[in-house]
Amino acid sequence: MDGFFEILGFAFMQRALAAGLLVALMSGLLGTFVVQRRLSFLGDGLAHAAFGGMGIGALAVVTFGVLDAGGGWLRHPLWVALPFALLTALGIAYVRDRTDLSSDTAIGVFFAVSVALGVLAFSRIPPDVNLGFNVMDLLFGSILAVRATELTAIAVAAVVVVATLGSVWGRLAYATFDDELARTDGVRARRLEYLLFVLAAIVVAVSAVVVGIVLMAAYLVIPAAAARLWSRSLAGMSARAVAIGMTTTLVGVVASFYLDAPTGSAIILTQAAVFVAAVVLRRR
Amino acid sequence: MVAARAATRAASPVPALHVHDVTVRFGDALVLDGVRFDLDPGHFLAIVGPNGAGKSTLVKVALGLITPQRGHAAIFGHDAGDAPERIGYVPQLKTFDRTFPATAVELVVSGIRRNWPVRVGQAERARAMAALGDVGAEALADRSLARLSGGELQRAFLARALVREPDLVLLDEPATGVDFLAEHDLYDLLERYQARRGATVAMVTHDLAAARFHASRVLVLNRRLHGYGLPEDVLCDACLQEAFGHVGHRHAVAL
Ligand SMILES: Nc1ncnc2c1ncn2[C@@H]1O[C@H](COP(=O)(O)OP(=O)(O)OP(=O)(O)O)[C@@H](O)[C@H]1O
Ligand SMILES: [Mg+2]
Repeated sequence: MDGFFEILGFAFMQRALAAGLLVALMSGLLGTFVVQRRLSFLGDGLAHAAFGGMGIGALAVVTFGVLDAGGGWLRHPLWVALPFALLTALGIAYVRDRTDLSSDTAIGVFFAVSVALGVLAFSRIPPDVNLGFNVMDLLFGSILAVRATELTAIAVAAVVVVATLGSVWGRLAYATFDDELARTDGVRARRLEYLLFVLAAIVVAVSAVVVGIVLMAAYLVIPAAAARLWSRSLAGMSARAVAIGMTTTLVGVVASFYLDAPTGSAIILTQAAVFVAAVVLRRR
Repeated sequence: MVAARAATRAASPVPALHVHDVTVRFGDALVLDGVRFDLDPGHFLAIVGPNGAGKSTLVKVALGLITPQRGHAAIFGHDAGDAPERIGYVPQLKTFDRTFPATAVELVVSGIRRNWPVRVGQAERARAMAALGDVGAEALADRSLARLSGGELQRAFLARALVREPDLVLLDEPATGVDFLAEHDLYDLLERYQARRGATVAMVTHDLAAARFHASRVLVLNRRLHGYGLPEDVLCDACLQEAFGHVGHRHAVAL
């Protein structure tokens, strides 16, 4: 185990692990509701919205000529990606609320539009401009290149998500079990659904920048799905989703270091292994 | 003075359920049309009517789940939706989300807390177990809801409704999926609960014989109110003919 503590000595490794564990924490708590509400596609949709927002944000940063001034807070494309993901989340929630369309259809529409906008924006950026990040990293993540800026954003999001979910958990769980019963007991179910979408947008926007769009969607779904198979209560499912997310992050990050494999792939494959184990070993 | 006030109260108690001119439309469809009635506390009301008559809709108006286009409903003088702690609601057995991880005890505790439990405390568990015992379902306590049969689930929902000791029990076809013996137990249980708590019961049912036998008031509904009063007065052939378009099984027999 010497090697493990040795690699913890690297600052980039500490940041990568801290970011990964915080993303796992937020995703496990939210993913439980996302999976139980049959919104598994939501993570994908919002992550692609974040991609579109990053594109528009990057184009804005380049256009207003502030890149050479350094990678300061206000020049980060996240300032566009976050509101863009929030608007998308509200848009999906609104379509779900006001029409008979299934959520997957609503998400699919926003998904396609976001990717189109993102690709359009990135295509307008001259190839010789140094954005401070690699566009490919937005898709597949570069958890080992987490800067202090991104880690701070993730930490702030984690505090917001944990505090908010902590205060509405009982009501949100009740409404997830049965919207109508919860409403007869005075739970504002519709409002809570919008809140859930907003929290998901925050988590996805700040995390996707680091872990990549593909891994982001996996984080929201795979640990919660595996946890569901081992749980008889929603609270137990949440706890297990967080535990599975964190453990697979640790294993994945360390494995990627030793095997020189892409971190995102290593984490997703570790999660998938746990999921398969859960399917095979689940209690009857 | 006090005696006078008490006398007035006795003469006109606050109705357990007050429905005034309730009119509900879904799009173009007029589902409830000017329904009005008062149910005094302590009664056992059976709400009958054909499929699609608006029975569930009426219950949802009383619960504050649906806001009528016209009129209003009140429960013990509170606007619909304002006194959830006084109502125990058993929903019509529907396609319940069987993937939700929960045990019967948690379901019952949600009826105590009006919230979903993160974990169930000792005292809550004892209360929930007593409620499950009352409906003959102690054995289901730690079973996963996903593994319960329709009738078992119905009992768990009934325990959930009664555990908060409501003054008004609203049930939407609670006998669906419950076998004959259990159906007898259900009426027996409700009547005992009613006697113990002085509670009011309002139940949607398709079982006219049960309505005649157990209810103290019957309401015949088919979009409009077609009859409201004593079972022997309301469950007459003419009223049922008007509401159902035919009278019970005689229609079939005549064929
Ligand atoms: N949310 C809704 N949107 C549109 N129409 C609705 C809605 N809910 C009910 N309806 C319609 O209102 C009518 C009355 O429905 P309701 O569920 O109240 O009937 P019911 O008397 O309970 O019938 P059943 O005996 O089958 O349970 C039906 O025609 C139904 O299609
Ligand atoms: Mg009905």
